[in-house]
Order: sequence, then structure tokens, then C-alpha cells
Amino acid sequence: AGPGSGAFTMSPQAPPVAVFKLTADFREDSHPQKVNLGVGAYRTDDCQPWVLPVVKKVEKLIVEDSSLNHEYLPILGLPEFRSAASKVALGDDSTAIKENRVGGVQALGGTGALRVGADFLRRWYNGTNNTATPVYVSAPTWENHNGVFADAGFKDIRPYHYWDAAKRGLDLDGLLDDLEKAPERSIFVLHACAHNPTGTDPTQEEWKKIAEIMKRRNLFVFFDSAYQGFASGSLDKDAWAIRFFVSEGFELFVAQSFSKNFGLYNERVGNLTVVAQDNENLTRILSQMEKIVRTTWSNPPSQGARIVSKTLNCPELFSEWKGNVKTMADRVLLMRDQLKTKLQDLGTPGTWDHITQQIGMFSFTGLNPKQVEYMIKEKHVYLMASGRINMCGLTTKNIDYVAQSIHEAVTKVQ
Amino acid sequence: CSILRSHEYLSSALVSWWGGVQMGPPDPILGVTEAFKKDTNPKKMNLGVGAYRDDQGKPFVLSCVRKAEALIAAKQLDKEYLPIGGLGEFSKACAQLALGSDNEVLKTGRSITVQTISGTGSLRIGANFLSRFHGGPRDVYLPKPSWGNHTPIFRDAGMQLKAYRYYDPSTCGFDFKGALEDISKIPEQSVILLHACAHNPTGVDPKPEQWKEIAELVKNRNLLVFFDMAYQGFASGDIDRDAWAVRHFIEQGHNIVLSQSFAKNMGLYGERVGGFTVVCKDADEAKRVESQLKILIRPIYSNPPMNGARIATTILNTPELRALWLEEVHGMANRIIKMREQLVDGLKKEGSTHNWQHVIDQIGMFCFTGLKPEQVERLTKEFSVYMTKDGRISMAGVSSGNVAYLAHGIHAVTK
Repeated sequence: AGPGSGAFTMSPQAPPVAVFKLTADFREDSHPQKVNLGVGAYRTDDCQPWVLPVVKKVEKLIVEDSSLNHEYLPILGLPEFRSAASKVALGDDSTAIKENRVGGVQALGGTGALRVGADFLRRWYNGTNNTATPVYVSAPTWENHNGVFADAGFKDIRPYHYWDAAKRGLDLDGLLDDLEKAPERSIFVLHACAHNPTGTDPTQEEWKKIAEIMKRRNLFVFFDSAYQGFASGSLDKDAWAIRFFVSEGFELFVAQSFSKNFGLYNERVGNLTVVAQDNENLTRILSQMEKIVRTTWSNPPSQGARIVSKTLNCPELFSEWKGNVKTMADRVLLMRDQLKTKLQDLGTPGTWDHITQQIGMFSFTGLNPKQVEYMIKEKHVYLMASGRINMCGLTTKNIDYVAQSIHEAVTKVQ
Repeated sequence: CSILRSHEYLSSALVSWWGGVQMGPPDPILGVTEAFKKDTNPKKMNLGVGAYRDDQGKPFVLSCVRKAEALIAAKQLDKEYLPIGGLGEFSKACAQLALGSDNEVLKTGRSITVQTISGTGSLRIGANFLSRFHGGPRDVYLPKPSWGNHTPIFRDAGMQLKAYRYYDPSTCGFDFKGALEDISKIPEQSVILLHACAHNPTGVDPKPEQWKEIAELVKNRNLLVFFDMAYQGFASGDIDRDAWAVRHFIEQGHNIVLSQSFAKNMGLYGERVGGFTVVCKDADEAKRVESQLKILIRPIYSNPPMNGARIATTILNTPELRALWLEEVHGMANRIIKMREQLVDGLKKEGSTHNWQHVIDQIGMFCFTGLKPEQVERLTKEFSVYMTKDGRISMAGVSSGNVAYLAHGIHAVTK
């Protein structure tokens, strides 16, 4: 053993990320009726991953285009991708875009977009290097939100009321109260649509109330938009909240992911849309974003951005993509509808309206940890300890078994 | 009262939050290309960023890459998330390439390699890991000079930067004596960063005998070695020769950390393919380190991109493609060597009386010309030759078509 040996003797074994462990356990399970309602990726009715037809088409075009090479992208990413991505979020007729005060930072998935935004805020928001600015994330939220902001340097990450377990819906009063009481200039991470993990979104009226308080109390709006199009099947409908806030004059960030709505999970396609007050501010912001990117990944990966850019910038492909997105959204809506109906037909205790009221990939079933354990151990139906299920894991072939399993869990386990 | 309320609304709408954000200076290296693009001189040359060009000055997509892409396309793979640590087959092949497949480290499983976002991503993960887990001093010792981006990467990760002598401007070569003197004074357990081959920006590499002495001294000082290997294969044309220093240090008992990039040697720049390796005491430590690397990676980008890693793996693991790759890397390295020779010939022809031997002695993509900032500025302004202020030129940007022009320009500003 030489120098540096045992240098890392003190590094303890870290706990595995829960959602990936769940999938690992599922894989090892040999039960013939096992169902994976864990990790958030779309599945077809045959429980297979789905490469979108439009993606296959565009990939073929890219491979066959011998004029394309593998040169570095600019630090902020592929320009055509960045502008098209921001346009998808803000709308074709966006005034902010026309006013030249919208910019994009191509990033490694939604995570990368969140991280670049978080790093920027820590350096330049509310003073310089102000690690004390409170960051509010919903209770519950995607677990990685905490890690992203913590590793960006923020010391004070707090929950805001969101999920009301008793009524299985949005705790609006709690949320609004938190907004009123938050220190001015606090950062709030808002889910643009298809809240992860609860599937519960504010209504338009509720969004208006949220915006009013945030404007009055000078709170920073950081949207996480990972499911645009995937939630309702309509890009515009799913972007309503973002567009409303922009029209209200907010300077805000939107972390966009194209993992789900393009099915491009492993190509890491994301975009941080920055809406600033004017072009001059935007220019300075983007110049500092470059500094952050340069020491994190230098410049982003090419392949995924090319696919998305080609698709968004070509009318026929864009149309075809919207159709593919609707296909996915519709299957999820069908599974929601069927699951609720089956639980009601079984006479499963409790109300199950939340299954169809919730939106997007996930549903917070309301199952408690003991019931979840029963589902996994006795029924080989894998879901998160929180009771979150991925609707995409449901198929016409397994939905009866899953409904029956939930029924048993609720009636046998308290 | 309502008047006050509307004033508050107005002021919050009019005052931006970003008034205090300073305009960031352009990146010294990538900024060169931005300036180059704006220049309208037909004779302009971009000798800034280290991206290989063929003899027509065009980006070069390796045949082995095109072939690998065709194989991959035919497989109709899905796009499911990779694990946090990346494509397993890639990490394995990446480690084998650096260490040699018969390396005892790999046989005993006492190392961990994760897929990273090319070399930068690898360095950053490494820096973050050291910042969180290294019990020694916060100081990272870089050679003087080093790649410009090393400093901000380590700084942003929370480390501090110091330097050891490396480049000797009087010889345009290696300051071996100065390096040993400085290294002998580095406090124990500090981190020392070494360029495995084709030092960036100088092109000056230690000779094997000098590496041996450095390894010995570093062992005596009990320093943690961080190797940056961005040019394996690209330096001499031989992948094993270029990895010699890395393997020697490991053999001598150093448990190194290592960053690898496939941007240059496979021409996969924009696909962002790299690896980060930690050589540990034993397999158990390696497992623990792996778990912590994943904890670091997840809040940055969750998991790495597939495309480039797939291509690299296919090339490394398909015998015909691997053989083709080795040929093509050899070809790229040879073209660079030839351009070095032609540049020196050209300078002699121009009548330069300076000693330009260092242009031939230096290795890899870059050449530290020895030009001073004022001379660099003239070369850019008067001849539209773009390079970094430190006098570094990327030989990859030199071709048989423009080498005479370059010699002419360099002679003009140095005579």
C-alpha cells in the first residue's frame, strides 16, 4: 500500500437512491405476476419502453446526414435547440420572446437545468454568494430537488405545504400561508404541471392566488417543467401556469426536461429557460451561466439536442411529435380511469376520485407504508414507500391484479 | 393604502433582481473561436481550441465512429436511463484502456470507474469528491502552466490552487530540476495534478526516467496523485505508450485518481464521453467510494448521456473497430508530427534565426511557441491567426495548405 492508500477509508457506504433500489429489487423478483410501479418512465401497454416514432425517424435522418460531425457545441448549447425549447414553454406568440428577454441554457436533462439555475442563484441572487436565501420545495417533492439546491450551496431548504393527506388533494391554505410567511426573496420551486410525486396540480384560480402573493412578497419563481404535454396531452394547457406567471411580469427560471415528453431519457436533454426583465439583464445572466457550465460539463451533449431541435423546428415533425405525446398521455388517462373504476367496483374502502383527478405519470394512492410493504412483499407490486405509483406501469393485462392487490392491502392492513 | 400598494407593484415590476450580476469575461480558450468566427479575412487560422482538423482544415469524423454508429442504429436500442455511474460496459472498457486489461488493480476489483461528461465532467466529479472526502490539505498543486479550466474547476469544487514549476521558458522544455524542488516542498497528503501525456498547454512531457523520479518523490511526500489524461493515443500515436506514466505510478503503489476524455482520441467532442477512476485500497473501499460518487453525480445531472458512451464502447469492444481506431489515432498523431516538422522548416525558410527545436520536441496537439502576449496580439491583428494569449497553438489547426502562412506570420512578429 502506498501514498493515497486508505485515503478514502473514512468514506462510508452511502444509501442507495430509493427509486433505483426499487427497480433493482423488482428485477431480482421472479414472481410471474410482478408489477413495477416505481421509476418514472413511460411504458406501452405491453410494458415496454417506447422510442417515439418521430424520434426514430429523426435519428435516422441524423445518422444518414454525412454533413454532421461530432464537434463541440457552444457552452450554452445548440442555439436552434435553446430557442425552440424556450418557445415550447412560453408559446409561439410569447411577448417576452419577441422582446428579446428570454434565453436558454441547454443542460443535462431537467436535473442539469435545475442545477445550473441553482448554482446561478446561489452566486448571484439576493446579493452575491448568499447561501442563506431560503429555498422552498413542496412537501412532498421529487427527492432530488433537495440534493440539487443543497449541493449548489444553499443552507436553508424548507418545505412548503402542498399535499393534504387527509383530503388527498392540494393543501391550498397551507401553501398560501407559507407564501405569506416566507422571508422576502425566498426561492420557491414550483412544479409547472403533473406534480411529482402527488399528481396534484393547482387549478388556474389557485395559480392566480399563488402568483398574487409571490409578486407582492418578492418571492423568486423557479418552475420545474418535466412533463409538458405529458400531463393533459396538450402542450399549451400544460404550460398555462408558466405563461401566466410570465404575463404577470415575473423574472423567472424554468427547468425543462425532454426526457419524458420525447422519451429521450438517456440522452439527457434539458433546457433552463431564463425570462429576464430586458435583454441587457439577460445578456449578463447568460454570460455568468457560461462560467458555471464551463466548470461543470464545459458544453452539453449533442445527440439529444439535435433530435429535439430538428423535431421542434420542422412543422410536420412537430405535428407528429405532438401526436406521439398525446398517445402517451391518453394511455395514462385510460389507466387512471380504469383503475378508479375497478377499485370502485371492488368496493375498496375509501374514495378513489383522486386517481382521475390527479394528472401526469404519478399518482399518490394514499397507501400507507405498511400497506406499501404488503403490496411489495405479498403481492410483488412495487411502489414507492410514499404510496406513489407510476401509472405507466399499469397495463390492460395487469390492472386487475393491481386493483385486487390494492383492495387487499387496504382491507387487510391498517 | 391602495396607492402605496400599486407603487409597490410598480417598483417590483420595474426593478430587476439581476442588477448586481456582472458581465462575465469571455472564456479565454473558447472565446478565441468566437472571435475567429467574426473575422472575415480569408486567410484566417483558428489555432485556439484543441479540436483535431484534417489536412483540409475540416473536422474529422473517424471511420470507426461512423461504423460504430451504423452498428448501434441497427440494434434499435431503447432510451431508458443509464445508471448514475453510466454504461457499465463503457466504464469497464475505459478503465482497461487506461490501465491495461491485465492490470492487477482491475483483477482484484480495487478500483471504480464512472462514466462522466467528458474530461471536464470527470475533473469536476473528482474535485467534488476530493473536496468532500479528502482528509488532507485543501490544496491542489497544478503544473505551471496548466489547462486554463483546471483552476476554476477545482475552485468551484471548494479546493485551493497552488503550483509547482513545470515549463522552462528559457528552453521551451521541462524544468525538471524546478519541478523536483517544488514537489519536495509540497505538504504531505496534498493533491498533485499530473498531465499523463501531451501536457496542455505546453506539449512538454517528462521522459520515462524523469517520471520515475517524480513518482519516487511523490511517494516520499505522501501526495495524492490526480492524473488528467485527455490525449491517450494522441500524443505518441500509441495508447500504451501514452498511458505509461499512469501505469507506472500505480505499479509503484500510488492509489491514483484519474480523469479520461474521449473527446480528442475518438473525435467524440460534442458527445461528451469521459471517465473518472479511483484506485482504492481494496474492493470494499471501491464499493464505498462508488456509492459516494453516485451521491455526488445525482444532484448535478442524474445520469450521463448514452450516445457517445455507446459509440466508444462499441469501438473498444469490437476487434475490427478497435484495430481501425488505433490506426486512425496513429494517423492523427502522425499528421500533427508532420505539421510540426513543416512549421520548423517553414520558419527556417523565412530566415528566422531563433531556435525552434521545441516545436518538434513538444508532443500532442499543442505547441507552446514561446511567443509573448504582444507578439500573439500582433499575430492575431495583422495575420488573423487566432491562438490563446499564452502563446499556445493547436497544431491540429495547421495544414499543409496554411503552414507556410503561419511560418510567415510567426517570423514577422518575432524577427
